[in-house]
Amino acid sequence: MIADSLAGRRLFITGTTGFLGTNLLERLLRSVPDCELVLLVRAGRRSTVEQRLAREILKNDAFDRLRAELGKEGFAEMAARRITAVAGDVGRDGLGLDAAGRELFASCDTIIHSAATVSFDSPLDSAVEVNLMGPTRIAQLCTELRVTPHLVAVSTCYVAGNRRGTAPEIMVDESPFFVDVDWRGEVEGARRARRDADAESRTPEKLEAFRDDARRELGAAGTPLLAEKTESLRIKWVSDRMVETGRARAASLGWPDAYAYSKALGERALLENRGDVPVSIVRPSIIESALAEPVPGWIRGFRMAEPIIISYARGLLKQFPGVPEGIVDVIPVDLVSAAIIAVAAKGPEPEPEVVQVASGSRNPLHYRRLVDLVSDWFGEHPLYDTKGQPIMVPKWSFGGRGDVKDQLRRATKSLSRAESVLGALPLRGRQAEFGTSLEEKREEAERALGYVEIYGAYAECEAIYGLDRLIALWEAQTPDDQRDFCFDPRVIEWDSFVREIHLPSVVKQARVRTTPGGKVGPTREQRLRTQVLAPERQFAAFDLENTLIASNVVTSYAFLATRRLPRADRIRFATSLIAEGPSLLSLDRRDRSDFLRMFYRRYDGAPVQQIDEDAAEMFSRLIIAKSFPAAIRRVRAHRAAGHRTVLITGALSFVVKPLEPLFDDIIAAEMAVERGVYNGELRSVPPTGESRAQALFDYADAHGLDVREGVAYADSTSDLPMLEAVGFPVAVNPETRLATLARKRGWLVEQWAKAPGAPRTLIPIGPRRGRTGGLANPLVPGGRA
Amino acid sequence: MPRPGFVLDVDRSTPPILFHHGEGFRLERLPAGRSRVIYPAEPIEPLKNPDAAIRHALVNPIGDSEPLTALLKPGMKLTIAFDDISLPLPPMKRPDIRQRVIEAVLELAAAAGVDDVMLIAALALHRRMTEAELRHAVGDRVYDSFAPHGLLLNHDAEDPDNLLFIGTTEKGEEVEINKRAAESDLIVYVNINLVSMDGGWKSTATGLASYRSLRHHHNVRTMRHSKSFMDRHASELHSANWRMGEVLKNAGVKVFQIETTMNNNVFGTEGPMSVLQKREWEWSLTDRISMAGMKTALDLMPQRTRRQIFQNWQAPHAMTSVQAGEVEAVHELTTANVYKQHLVDVEGQTDIMTMGLPYISPYNVNSILNPILVACLGLGYFFNLYRGKPPVREGGVLIMSHPTPWEFHPVHHPSYIDFFEQVLSQTTDPIRIEAEFEKSFAEDEWYRHLYRTSHAYHGVHPFYMWYWCSHALQHLGQVIIVGGDVRAVRRLGFKPASTLQDALEMASDVVGRDATITHIHNPPILMADVH
Repeated sequence: MIADSLAGRRLFITGTTGFLGTNLLERLLRSVPDCELVLLVRAGRRSTVEQRLAREILKNDAFDRLRAELGKEGFAEMAARRITAVAGDVGRDGLGLDAAGRELFASCDTIIHSAATVSFDSPLDSAVEVNLMGPTRIAQLCTELRVTPHLVAVSTCYVAGNRRGTAPEIMVDESPFFVDVDWRGEVEGARRARRDADAESRTPEKLEAFRDDARRELGAAGTPLLAEKTESLRIKWVSDRMVETGRARAASLGWPDAYAYSKALGERALLENRGDVPVSIVRPSIIESALAEPVPGWIRGFRMAEPIIISYARGLLKQFPGVPEGIVDVIPVDLVSAAIIAVAAKGPEPEPEVVQVASGSRNPLHYRRLVDLVSDWFGEHPLYDTKGQPIMVPKWSFGGRGDVKDQLRRATKSLSRAESVLGALPLRGRQAEFGTSLEEKREEAERALGYVEIYGAYAECEAIYGLDRLIALWEAQTPDDQRDFCFDPRVIEWDSFVREIHLPSVVKQARVRTTPGGKVGPTREQRLRTQVLAPERQFAAFDLENTLIASNVVTSYAFLATRRLPRADRIRFATSLIAEGPSLLSLDRRDRSDFLRMFYRRYDGAPVQQIDEDAAEMFSRLIIAKSFPAAIRRVRAHRAAGHRTVLITGALSFVVKPLEPLFDDIIAAEMAVERGVYNGELRSVPPTGESRAQALFDYADAHGLDVREGVAYADSTSDLPMLEAVGFPVAVNPETRLATLARKRGWLVEQWAKAPGAPRTLIPIGPRRGRTGGLANPLVPGGRA
Repeated sequence: MPRPGFVLDVDRSTPPILFHHGEGFRLERLPAGRSRVIYPAEPIEPLKNPDAAIRHALVNPIGDSEPLTALLKPGMKLTIAFDDISLPLPPMKRPDIRQRVIEAVLELAAAAGVDDVMLIAALALHRRMTEAELRHAVGDRVYDSFAPHGLLLNHDAEDPDNLLFIGTTEKGEEVEINKRAAESDLIVYVNINLVSMDGGWKSTATGLASYRSLRHHHNVRTMRHSKSFMDRHASELHSANWRMGEVLKNAGVKVFQIETTMNNNVFGTEGPMSVLQKREWEWSLTDRISMAGMKTALDLMPQRTRRQIFQNWQAPHAMTSVQAGEVEAVHELTTANVYKQHLVDVEGQTDIMTMGLPYISPYNVNSILNPILVACLGLGYFFNLYRGKPPVREGGVLIMSHPTPWEFHPVHHPSYIDFFEQVLSQTTDPIRIEAEFEKSFAEDEWYRHLYRTSHAYHGVHPFYMWYWCSHALQHLGQVIIVGGDVRAVRRLGFKPASTLQDALEMASDVVGRDATITHIHNPPILMADVH
C-alpha cells in the first residue's frame, strides 16, 4: 500500500510553487496522511518562505478540496503539523541551505526534485544552472552530509531529443542517438556565453543602438527616461541573446530546445555525481490539466498548449505547424503526481531507473484529432470580441514549420515597416490610434511566431515514448492503490478529456469573454474619467499645444509676425516658413527645448507694446478659434472639483497670458526684454521634457501638493516625464508613440477636437491688422488691439 | 405699387413651396385643401433721399423733444449709441443706415461746437464687434476719426468701472447702464427697426445695460407673458423696458431717439437670389432655372463654403422711414411703419405651422447658426412674429426645416457649446434650466473674460436663447425639425424627421389626420395679424 509505505517518512520536495509540484503536494497531503513534508522554497524579494508557502502554494485552488474536507482550521492545523518550508535555491551550491536547513535535509528519507525552469524559451545559463546543475547539487549535498535518501528526479520525455520512432525508458547516454558532450563544458560554456553577451551589450555600437531604439519608442522624452529605457533594452537584449544561444546550442545537439537539452545533461550529470544516493528518474511528457485530482481540469498558470489554444480561439493564430497523423503526447498532471508517489513509495532499485509517464505509445492522441476537437468545441463555445460578437475560429492548415514561420515573418516584417512609417508621420488622435492597432497586430504576429518557434518542434516530434516500466509499476499496484493513485495513461478518454475537462478549464483560466452582448455598466474610460475628477485629486496640470489648442509655437509666431506685414511680404513669409517646416519638425523631435530656444530667437527686436496688442487679438483669432472646447471644459471641471489647475507650457508667456482666468497658475517660457523690445532670449530653461517634470515637482512642493494625487494632460512623448511624474496621467490626442504607451500602461486617453465648424486656416499667417486697429480691450492696459 | 402680403389656400394646382433650409432650400408640396401659405408683402418704396429725410427728422422731432440742433451745446458731453451687429439681417449694403444717421448727427454736433463725443455699440450681452464690422456699421470716416482715440467703444456690460446704477422700477427691477452714456448730457440713440420688437426704451434700457439689469426681463416668466414679444402692447418684455425707461427719464438721463425702418428687400430684384422673394407660381423660366442651378450648386459645395457664400450676402434693403425725438412717441410711429411692411391679415389658427429656417439669426452674423440658435430662430423669433394670437393653435405642432448641424463657432459661442453639452443634455425645461444653471454660467469668470476680451457672447446668452423659446414651448404640442442632424435635434428635445411628409405623418399623432396647416413664407420677414 502506497500510503502505508510512505507513512512516517519525511519527504524533501523542491518545486512546489510550480504546476506539477503544487499538484504533487496536494496529493501527498490528502492521500498519504502520515508523511511529513519539507519544502525547499526560494525566499522572495520581499517575502519570507513562510509567506510564500501561505500565499503562493497553500492559497491555490488545488487545496480547496482538502480545505473543504478538513475545514479551514483543520486544514491550517494539518499544514502546520506536516509541512516545513526551508529557504533555499536549487540554483546555488549546497541548495543555499542554512545549518538548520541542512539538518532537516539530512533527516529526509526521500527527495522529490521537481524544481525546474520549465519555460521553453529560458536563457541558456538559467536553464543550465537550474535544470542541469540542480539534481547534481542535491546529490552532492547528500554526499557531503553523508546521507543516502531515495532521490526521485523529475525530468522530461523529451530528453530523448528530436527523433522518430520509439524512445524507451533508458538512460540518455544509452541511446544510440546521444551525442556525447561533457556536461561540465556545457556549464562553463553557458556561463561564458552570459559574460560574452553582457560584454557585447556594452560596446559603444550596441549602446548607441539601444539609445536609438529607446528614442524611437519614447521620442524626445528627456535624458533620465531615455537612460532608463536604454538600460532596460540592454538587459532585455542580453536575455534574448541567451535564449537564442540556448536554442541554438540545443538544436546543434539534437534537442528541441534548451529545456530538453539542459534536462538531458542534468540526468547525465546526476548519474555521474550521485555517489551512493539511489536515484529514480521520472520523465513526464507534456503535462496538462488534471484528469480527476484534486478536481477535473485543475491547472495552474498559463502553460504550453493554453496560449496557443486561446490565440487560436481568438482568431489570432490561424495556423500552426504539425503533422496531422503525428502524436501529441499529453499527460494529465494528476497522473504524473501519482506516478511519482508510486515510485517514491516503491523505493529505489539497486541501479538508477527511468520511468516515463506519457500517453503516446499506449493511448495516442493524434494531432488531427486534437485539432478537430478544439475547433469543434470553440465552434460550439465561441469566445466573444469586445463588441460582444462571437469569434469564428479559423480552419487549421497543417503547414510545415518552415512555411508557417515564413508567412508569419513576412507579416511581422511588413507590419513593422508600416508601423515605422506611421511613427515617422506627425499623426495624432484617431490616426495615431490606427498606428497603435498596427502595433497590436504586429505583436500578435510576433507572439504567434514565438509559439511556432518554441513549440513547433514539439508538435512535429514523432518520437513514441516507451512505457514498459510504468505499466509494470501499474500492474504491481494493489487494487486500492490503483483506485487512489491512478497513473495508467490508458484510462484517458481523449474526447471527453479535451472537450469536458481541458478546454473549459483553459478558457476559464484565460479570463476571456465567453458571453455575448455589449458591455454594460461604465466603460473603462468612464471609470478613469471619474477617477481623474475625483475630489481626492489635488491638482491638474495641462500642456497647451494639441492638448488645449490645435496650434503650436510656429503658428503663433507666424500670426504675430505677419499681422502688420504688407500683403506681398505676408505671402513670402508664409512660403519660406512652410519650406522650413520639415527641418523645424525634425529639430523639435530631437530636442524640444533646443528647438524652442532656436526658434524664439526670431522674436529678437519685437516691440513689447505691439506684441501685447497683437497677442490680445491672437487670443480670439488663433487660441480660442483653435481650442478644444472639451479640454477647456475639463480644466473648468477640475476647478469646480476643487483641484488646482496649472498650465505648463513651452509657449511664451505673452501668448498664454489671456488664458490666465482659466488656470490658477501658468508656468510658461519667459522672454527677456531690453528697452521695450524682446531680445529673443529666454530668461530660464523652457518648461519642456524633464524640466517640465521638474517644474511640476517644484510647483507641487511650493503649494504643498502631492504629485501622486495629481493629474497631467499632454499629447506627446516629450511630455512623458510630466505624465510619469503624476499619479493620473491622461494622453490627449496622442501621437502614435504616446498612444502606444498609453494603451500599454492603461492611461486614460482623450480625443478632443476643435469645435465642429471652427474656422480653418491652411497657411501659417495671421489676419492683417486693420488700418488703425484701435478697439479697447481690457487685455491691453492703455493700448488697443 | 408693391402688392401687400396675402394668404394662399393650397389646392391641386399650387406648385411646390419654397422652404428655406439653412444655407440651402427645399421645395415642398403642401397637402391640398387643408394648407395655406402666408406670403409677405413686396418691398415697399424706400425713401427717395434718405440723407435729407434724416436731416429733416433731426430738426423736426416727434413728441416732447426739442430739435437736435437745440440740444447740442458747446462743452456738452454727447454719447451716440447705436445698434450692434445683430441688426439689420442680413447686413445691408454700404452705406449702412447707422453711418448715414451718425454722420448727420456728428455734422450737427460739430457745427454746434460739441467736442466731447463718444460712440458706443449698444451690444448688451452680445459679442464685441470687430473692427471690420464697426467700419461697416459706422463707415470708415467715422471709424478712423474716433476709434484710434478710444472714442468708439463696444459697450462692456461686465466692466464694473463703467456701469452706473440708476435706480429701481416700481416692480423692483434694477436699472444699471453704461456709465459714460448715463453721465452724458445727451444720449443720441441710432436705431434700425428691422422688426417691431426693436427700438423704444429697449434700445437704451437693454442695449446699454448690464447683466444685473437685464436679468429682470430676460427670463422665462417675462417671455411667457409676452404674447408676443413682437407686439409691444402685449409684451411684458417691453413693459419692463418701458418701466426702466421711466426710471432713466426720472434720473435725468436724456435720450434723443432716432429710429429708422427698412423695407424687406432682402434678396434684391435681380440676380439669382431674387427668386427667393417671388411667389412660386409666378416664377419665370429663368427663375426656375436659377433656383434649380442654385440648389444643385449648393448641394455640391462643402458646408463651409456654403456658409461663407451666404454670410457674405449683403442685402439691398433700404430705409423706408426715419423719425427722431422723444423715445415713446418716436417708437409708436416707428412700429406703425414697421407694420406697414410686415403685417399680413390671417384668419384663425391651424393645427400645424410649418416654416423654413434660413441661415441667419441676430446672433450668428459672420458666424454659425448653431443648434441652440436654430431653436431660438424658429421658436423664439419666427413663432413670435404674430399679433393677436399665434397662427398655430395651442397644443398644435410646429414643423421647421433646417439642417441643424452640430456645429458651433468656438470664438463667438463658447458658452453655447457648454450649454449644449452640459445643460441640454440634462433637461430642456426652461424653468429648470433657469433655476439650476443660469447663475453658474452668468457669473462664470471664464465666460466673462471671453465676453470682455474676445468676441464671445456672454455666458448667460444661450439661456436667453432658450427663454426666448419658452412661450412657444408652452404653447406647442410638438416640435419637429425636418432634415436636421438627428443627434442635435434630439438634444434640443425636438423630433427629427427626414422629409416633410414624415413630419406631417408624425404630427398626425398629435393633431389628427386632417390637420390644417399654415406655412409661413419667411424670409423676408412677415408678421401674422391673426384674427
